Amino acid sequence: MSVRSKVIEAIHQIAKEQHVTLPALSDDLSLHETGFDSLAFAILVARLEDETGVDPFTISEDAAFPATVGDFVRAYENVPA
Amino acid sequence: MSPREIFALRDHLGAELKGRTISDAHDVVSLTDILSHTVLGGRLNELSGRAVLLKLSDQLRSGLAMIELDGIARRMLLCPPDLNPAHLDALIADAGIDAVVTDEADRWAGTGLPLVVTAQLPLRATPPARTERATEWLMLTSGTSGVPKIAGHTLEALTGAIVAEGPARGPAPVWATFYDIRRYGGLQIFLRAVLSGGSMVLSDPHEALADHVARLNARGVSHISGTPSHWRKLLMSGSAAQFAPGYVRLSGEIADQAVLDGLKAAFPNASVGHAYASTEAGVGFAVNDGLEGFPADYLGNRNGVEMKVVDGSLRIRSTRTAHAYIGRNAAALTDADGFVDSGDIVELRGDRYYFVGRRGGIINIGGLKVHPEEIEAVINRHPDVRMSRAKSRKSPITGGIVVADVILTEGTDQAGVKEIRDQILEQCRAQLASHKVPAVIRFVEALDVTSAGKLARTDA
Repeated sequence: MSVRSKVIEAIHQIAKEQHVTLPALSDDLSLHETGFDSLAFAILVARLEDETGVDPFTISEDAAFPATVGDFVRAYENVPA
Repeated sequence: MSPREIFALRDHLGAELKGRTISDAHDVVSLTDILSHTVLGGRLNELSGRAVLLKLSDQLRSGLAMIELDGIARRMLLCPPDLNPAHLDALIADAGIDAVVTDEADRWAGTGLPLVVTAQLPLRATPPARTERATEWLMLTSGTSGVPKIAGHTLEALTGAIVAEGPARGPAPVWATFYDIRRYGGLQIFLRAVLSGGSMVLSDPHEALADHVARLNARGVSHISGTPSHWRKLLMSGSAAQFAPGYVRLSGEIADQAVLDGLKAAFPNASVGHAYASTEAGVGFAVNDGLEGFPADYLGNRNGVEMKVVDGSLRIRSTRTAHAYIGRNAAALTDADGFVDSGDIVELRGDRYYFVGRRGGIINIGGLKVHPEEIEAVINRHPDVRMSRAKSRKSPITGGIVVADVILTEGTDQAGVKEIRDQILEQCRAQLASHKVPAVIRFVEALDVTSAGKLARTDA
């Protein structure tokens, strides 16, 4: 499974658990518009760390938290192996 | 007080009750004629009036030495097996120790302690000794990472709850405990065995659980105690089916409804009770109605034990508490009114108080305080869960999140694990605030339990 589809699947799973109704996920959708609160993002980052072995937001000191879904996915795609 | 009014352990033992024993995995010793035997090589008189360090590698000789030393030594410090040797010097200085009872005499030669006595089996015959004084019992607190604190007790305080309950009805009980008897919870059981006219079966840390249970059966154990973690391990092992005690007791950790129900199902003919006790606060109370928590009307003065809740934590004043912390820089054990702050946080729901966790065990989730035990209690209610541990994990988003490690009951179908995870999360969301719901649930084969029988929380 590609990194992108892992991320998108995890977002859908957490949305289901948190009873969040997601809009259609496009790369330029702002993360704010997903309806996720900070706890939901914290869960997402933790699950993805368990699944992929990386947490791109803790690795780099100065990484700004992404603004859009596309930025979020790329943060995982761009982690050096 | 004249010495004749002091009751020491030996004064609870006599030759009139036949067939009493204390045993471990290797030896069986008769308690019936114990007063005319010595584990100290007949050197008890040399230990009279001394402050004795009881530092033995096994519980059997420790228990026999306690019987001999009580009423003769000025004080005795019980060393549990997991005591960090690096802390011994500080403890010896704080307790004013001037003698050691050991099975490693070489280790103590040249340490400057004036008297080294070797405890040995088999016992030797000796004339019975007579009680000289009320010996101070020194016990070490568990759960601290630094030098443990020394809590001072008297035999009278240690046995207050046992005497209050009165003698057991029916045949003399055969007691056992998963605890080590050099810890408060285990010592209570040892003292019950001595005072009740019964026998005692000791645990052995090197023995497989199935072998331990077989030994409990072979010795006819009728009364047995342990922490909820001990009991969960037994329930998980599949060994419980071969065992049928009459009385099952839990203490030392929060007994949640799941473990109480699990024990009731495993031992349908046993009465299952949970007791509240700590090294400092002594025995507070026992709850025998099969429900977690305790009735709200236990607060106030009940059978000489006074309890109140201040700032959420349970405070206890009674003649069963320790009387002081011992040592050069010892803190006060009680507040100005004589209450011990247990550090156990309780919450009133309806007409019952429930334990929610330890004050020192709080984890911080995004600035909010969370008791891991409260989360575990909800997870443990799932019928396929045997045991769980909640802890915090760093999060770049919220600072911290809750994660939980879960052990499923034996024989759970691995294909259903995803569904179980969803059910556990659903259950948590229904019963806990959203920040307490685990973000991640991991299914694990085992969880660490400390040698004191409590779920290890060091990395929480």
